[in-house]
Amino acid sequence: MTAITHQPLGGKVFTKSFLILGLFVLIGAYFILRRFLFGLGDVSHMSNGYPLGVWVAVDVVVGTAFGCGGYAMALLVYIFNRNTYHPLMRPALLSGVFGYTLAGLAVMIDLGRYWNAFNLLLPWYAQLNSVIFEVALCVMAYTTVLWIEFWPAFLERMPLAFKQRFNLDRLQVFLKRYLFLFIGLGVLLPTMHQSSLGSVLLVMGSKLSPLWYTSWLPLLFLTSALAMGYGVVLLEATLTSRGFRLPSESALLTPLSRIAAGVLALFLIVRFGALLAGGHLGLAFAGDVRGNLFLIETVLFLAPIVLLASPTGRASQRRRFLAAVSLLAGGSLYRIDAYLMAVNPGNGWTYFPSAPELMITVGVVCLEIMLYLLFIKTLPVLPGAHQT
Amino acid sequence: MTMNRRQFLRGAAAGAVAVVAAPTAEATPFGPREPKQLPPKAVGMLYDSTLCVGCKACVSACKQANGMPAEQPEQLAAWNEGTWDTAEDISGKTLNVIRVYQNGTMEQKDREKDGYAFVKRHCLHCVDPSCISVCPVSAMRKNPETGIVTHNPDACIGCRYCVYGCPFNVPQYQFDETFGQIAKCQFCNHLQKQGKLPACCDVCPTGASLFGLVTELQAEAQRRLALKPGEMTEFPRGKLGGDRPGHEAPVGHYQPHLYGEHESGGTQVRYLTGVPYQKLGLPELPGQSYASVSEGMQHTLYKGMVAPLALLGGLVVLARRGVKQNEDASNHDEDPPNHDKDQQP
Ligand code: SF4
Ligand code: SF4
Ligand code: SF4
Repeated sequence: MTAITHQPLGGKVFTKSFLILGLFVLIGAYFILRRFLFGLGDVSHMSNGYPLGVWVAVDVVVGTAFGCGGYAMALLVYIFNRNTYHPLMRPALLSGVFGYTLAGLAVMIDLGRYWNAFNLLLPWYAQLNSVIFEVALCVMAYTTVLWIEFWPAFLERMPLAFKQRFNLDRLQVFLKRYLFLFIGLGVLLPTMHQSSLGSVLLVMGSKLSPLWYTSWLPLLFLTSALAMGYGVVLLEATLTSRGFRLPSESALLTPLSRIAAGVLALFLIVRFGALLAGGHLGLAFAGDVRGNLFLIETVLFLAPIVLLASPTGRASQRRRFLAAVSLLAGGSLYRIDAYLMAVNPGNGWTYFPSAPELMITVGVVCLEIMLYLLFIKTLPVLPGAHQT
Repeated sequence: MTMNRRQFLRGAAAGAVAVVAAPTAEATPFGPREPKQLPPKAVGMLYDSTLCVGCKACVSACKQANGMPAEQPEQLAAWNEGTWDTAEDISGKTLNVIRVYQNGTMEQKDREKDGYAFVKRHCLHCVDPSCISVCPVSAMRKNPETGIVTHNPDACIGCRYCVYGCPFNVPQYQFDETFGQIAKCQFCNHLQKQGKLPACCDVCPTGASLFGLVTELQAEAQRRLALKPGEMTEFPRGKLGGDRPGHEAPVGHYQPHLYGEHESGGTQVRYLTGVPYQKLGLPELPGQSYASVSEGMQHTLYKGMVAPLALLGGLVVLARRGVKQNEDASNHDEDPPNHDKDQQP
């Protein structure tokens, strides 16, 4: 066993790619400003046929699934007691912190009456049957928990004198002692709201294509979120080790990729089982847009399982990388389809996001990457040189 | 705590399988919740498409009664020189429209082939409304007496899930406003409170939009369905059982289906039509609201918050061990030097 020490990567923060990302953030910010000055219709193509657009489908529904790395790893490390994976914990947590925080930002842009958003927290307005209400509260709570779980990274970085002056050293001890409570919450809350992101769609009924609509939606959203969480960890580990020339965590990633493939297989079994039981599988071969989207998703989901089927496949960094990309693409498409493309409100309504609408989404994603880079360079996030 | 990790995980898995497999017969993981019942004094509307003459008096009366602006879609602006309200469908500015079904030569009213027909579109005031079920802040409410579904913009956060989830696409968000709100027919609640009729029923010259108690409207609809097409009969105007004189007219060639009696768990606005309702843009829906399906799921998982709390308890116990073992594992090695001073006695 080696002690896990996290170390800031160091290095220049304002690199060229960092500045390019910043440019996209600025473009996004311009359109966000317009949205608040002139209304949602000024920047987006949402309509009363498609009242939810890419901000919800991509930034929130897909974005939080990308943020499930911390959840998926906490489940493994603390609940299933696989301590070996601990070095992967903190970077996964960090991507969760930003995935969720920026999903919250996207919601504030998207809400048509954002100045009333506080009503969500006022008990006399609470509507306990509403799935969205549960999702909103869980996501807010989990975002808080994520920041708390990540807080030790800030504390470790602060000079001791500073900590003592503000009693932060006590806080550190407190956090250390009660970390398990937050870990418990940090596993419960995503289990609740990720499955609920599926339950939200149950009310859609015949507006949603039967290839996506099933009473198993909650389980499908939960398993796909978990699989995507592991996918993100695999992807991140490969990218950071490549990008910053760090030693690869192959010894950990090989078995982890097996877990990812296993969860994904579970997802597929439930999905196809429900489709077969409901007798709707035939629609996949109808040759229409929705049928084809379903087929594309299926290919993207099967590819990682095939790639990771053999021990040699799992041991290859390249294959793991490809599998993770395919898994994440499939999971993202599944979610976007379920919320947008597989929805048919009737009456000839169609939806395709406008350029400004997309630029806001791009801006939010770029901001996420910028903050991630900033944090791993300045805070102890990535596993540093191992001290034996 | 005598339960160990393995037992908990095994128990949790067994529990999950039990919840999931219980109603295997339908191969669904849960059942819907009980359907909601029609409130005792539910008010509603019977819209008889065969009586509607397409005058749109109801559309302009609705605008006036609710202070909504005229609407001119761009593609029609040149044609009407900006004089008329020409909304093609309900929108953020329009709570009610009359739409036309057209086929072939449009020779005869209320005939599917080579005919035409009218249909009115606004909130149906569902018995078991999806808009209420999805709304996180209780901005949509159903009056427990009258069953009128109202909207409160001061509560609304503009998430638009009511727009997304309403099976009839009724609530409309004002996308072109800086501070938009949800527009939806509230059955002229403000007029009804003053003892007046909903504006559209008040002005309808033929009684095609007829206000009344849902139970009585149901009986009236059944009476019409039982009559012979072409036979002369009396049609009430304004309010069923009111003191306004009705008029005599031939019975229409009705489709044998009262739309809204069962659709989506029943609606308080119901339709009699001469052409199949599907042709008029009324969706085919099961006899149970999808809201009851989604709430059935929520109630199965979150009843009294027992399952989540039990799960949390188990998770916390496991996490505590996990954290401890983690520390033990790390403590075998010397602590990194800069951490030494952080240790508290
Ligand atoms: S028609 Fe739509 S808006 Fe009206 S009560 Fe039913 S669900 Fe709500
Ligand atoms: S848009 Fe308003 S009324 Fe509709 S569901 Fe959201 S908060 Fe409720
Ligand atoms: S009841 Fe009132 S708001 Fe509703 S359609 Fe009729 S006039 Fe308009």
